[in-house]
Amino acid sequence: MELIRPDTRYDFIGKRKFALWLSLIAILLCVGSIFLHRGLRYGVDFAGGLLVQVKFSKAVDISEVRKAMDAMGMKDAVVQKFGGEDEFLIRVEKTSEDLEEASKKIQTSIKEQFKDQPPEIRRVEVVGPKVGKDLKEKALWAVGLSFLAILIYVAFRFHEFAFGLGGIAALFHDILITYGVISIFNIEYSLTLLAVILTIIGFSINDTIVIFDRVRENIKKMRKENLETIFNVSINETLGRTILTSGTVMMVVLILFFFGGPVIHDFAFTLAIGLISGTYSTIYIAGPVVLLWEKYVTGKRKRR
Amino acid sequence: MLRSLKWRFIFYAAITLFAIFLLLPTATTQLPAWWTKVLPTDKIRLGLDLQGGMYLILEVEAEKAVESYVERIKNNLRDDLKEKNVPFGKVEREGTDRIVLEVSGVKEKWESVLAQRYAVMRELSSSEQGGIWRLTLVLDSKEAEYTKKRAIDQALEVIRNRVDQFGVSEPEITLQGMDRILIQLPGIRDAQRAINLIGKTALLEFKLVDEEGDADNALKGTIPEGDIVLYQRSVDPATGGVRKIPHLLKEKTLMTGEVLKDARVSIDTQFNEPYVSLEFDEIGAKLFEQITGQNVKKRLAIILDDNVYSAPVIQERIAGGRAQITGRFDMKEAGDLAIVLRAGALPAPVKMIENRTVGPSLGQDSIRKGIISILVSAILVALFMLFYYRLSGVVADVALILNVLLILATLAIFRATLTLPGIAGLVLSIGMSVDANVLIHERIKEELRWGKTVRAAIDQGYHRAFSAIIDSNITTLIAGVILYQFGTGPVRGFAVTLCIGLLANLLTAVYVTRWMFDFITLKTNVQKLSI
Repeated sequence: MELIRPDTRYDFIGKRKFALWLSLIAILLCVGSIFLHRGLRYGVDFAGGLLVQVKFSKAVDISEVRKAMDAMGMKDAVVQKFGGEDEFLIRVEKTSEDLEEASKKIQTSIKEQFKDQPPEIRRVEVVGPKVGKDLKEKALWAVGLSFLAILIYVAFRFHEFAFGLGGIAALFHDILITYGVISIFNIEYSLTLLAVILTIIGFSINDTIVIFDRVRENIKKMRKENLETIFNVSINETLGRTILTSGTVMMVVLILFFFGGPVIHDFAFTLAIGLISGTYSTIYIAGPVVLLWEKYVTGKRKRR
Repeated sequence: MLRSLKWRFIFYAAITLFAIFLLLPTATTQLPAWWTKVLPTDKIRLGLDLQGGMYLILEVEAEKAVESYVERIKNNLRDDLKEKNVPFGKVEREGTDRIVLEVSGVKEKWESVLAQRYAVMRELSSSEQGGIWRLTLVLDSKEAEYTKKRAIDQALEVIRNRVDQFGVSEPEITLQGMDRILIQLPGIRDAQRAINLIGKTALLEFKLVDEEGDADNALKGTIPEGDIVLYQRSVDPATGGVRKIPHLLKEKTLMTGEVLKDARVSIDTQFNEPYVSLEFDEIGAKLFEQITGQNVKKRLAIILDDNVYSAPVIQERIAGGRAQITGRFDMKEAGDLAIVLRAGALPAPVKMIENRTVGPSLGQDSIRKGIISILVSAILVALFMLFYYRLSGVVADVALILNVLLILATLAIFRATLTLPGIAGLVLSIGMSVDANVLIHERIKEELRWGKTVRAAIDQGYHRAFSAIIDSNITTLIAGVILYQFGTGPVRGFAVTLCIGLLANLLTAVYVTRWMFDFITLKTNVQKLSI
């Protein structure tokens, strides 16, 4: 079976100006949203604070839960539905008292106030501010270091700084878009989302490498053609693989999204966005950046 | 070629069998007896998010251990000076590790007291004014460090004891960094109780009540030298209201819980209320006899973590080394109190800085959903590969199944933990495995299109696709390893399965499939490859 005919020659590189504008606008929107929201909405992991997940035996109106929180003096508590009508997340970022004490208080008072719908405390997370700060620092290190390591590896493998730069530019693009979508949909940034970001880094660079690898091969084969054509041919030649792989991985992510339960919802959603961006950026960012670099910095390409 | 084909088969078959062999203990609980004696029985361990449980990080406030050490030194010093008839003014602890004292009289006399018994305290400054020497002593920094370290080690030990007595299966208690203790309690039911039990300092002290002073007066601001005020919580059984009764006590601690031999719950037959009966060891019994003998008709306060539990009047000298703590407990409270007393006091208070608790039902929910999504995605992907690549799809599917098998077997052998993000990592590994096969197959197709023979196309396909596969696997591996370094708990689980998956992927998707293709082409001499 063949998905893409072998003689397919879509002019991807020819549309790069349009694509660059599109990306620029998308990135501006994303950065704008992050600015407007004054940074990401950090979850308990990074901001510190406490979270109680409670499931009642019957459906309970969310306002009842809020009232209960107000009644016990937890005015800053944020209550939100989680999954169905009977399950809620209660979040408190800062309390004047000890976090552990506050979490105990919430649990006992919920149990007392909803005797008719006996609640079950399904999850408790308490993260001290110091730990949150530690985790935030570690997260930054993790993203930064993996960027650096990948840049070095790619530059080393392709003997060409421009390729490393193209790969990293595509990565930056994907990370910015993903963080932007996290911000636009007001998704809580937690440790799990950090895992998503790092997976996207892995996938995005994976995609880029497959096309770069083909370019590397075609440069030797098509000595007479210019780099633009070589990129275009390479993208087209690997198009079948790109669609198949991205398609299957996307399918897996969608399955996680629909069957994985609410805990994994944000995880799957963000990953899906990152995958789309990663596939797009390989074609429209990584390649064009290499072309731009070769054109304006290295000058006319020296043939090997 | 055929010879190497055979050896490759034996090698891959051995790996597959070994993986299945490692997974048997996880798959079934009914292993024959001879198996459990000699062969590995390690199961894949489920993370706390899947089986429910607690993940706690405590910070030992080791400074407090130094503080109480210096406090003890200060009390001893005061007694010594009194005994040696050295006239002194104030003797006080300042900050964590300093003692300020004012002495007068013969210099050599108090100097010898300090030099002989308080060498760990260095003299920081001294000044004389009108025959009164004012000295500032500071605890030797090495000694302070040692005290801190000992406090942390001891805290770890005590918490281990307590958890053991609480009865949790497979708890994990380890030191993390300098002063943090990581506690993992799988499958625990009563989270609140566990926290109370682990976090309680449980410092038991016996102090005399200052019979001459008056607590109410002291509260107004005039606490006599060498006295302190501590409170007793008293619950009115009729209204349920809590009252705090102040007690004026001599600051000096006569005895601590260190000399306890045993603590257990008993029931008061008269009021049918549980209390905790204490039994002292030999030293404790002697000390208790001495204290009670010297202070007949005075009141002795029993204090736990700065709360006065009772302050009964000593009627007579008490021999035999027994005492009791009363104070309106229910059975559970009394039982937990007995546990913490038996396990010993924490040398310094601990602070809960991270607590992640997952109830058992949520864990089951997650596991069910995780397994469903793995199965559904694996089946769909496998079907798709069959549909798209026909016979070559079978090759890819075998690699896929082997990949999952290897990941799980590696988890079992290294006793790694499978978490919910770990399941996600597994699913993503499936995606990467598919990618490797797609790369190879698409390349083979391309080579076939150029008119190459089946064997040459397979050769070229593997050869050309290999660089892309290795590069992409290694870069993802880089991200995975870094994630492992910086992640904690569940996220680490993700990194683990992803990294193992990528490595297994190289073996299964590249080498095992290659063997299968070689086998097909060499044994059947096909002219047309179904791909």
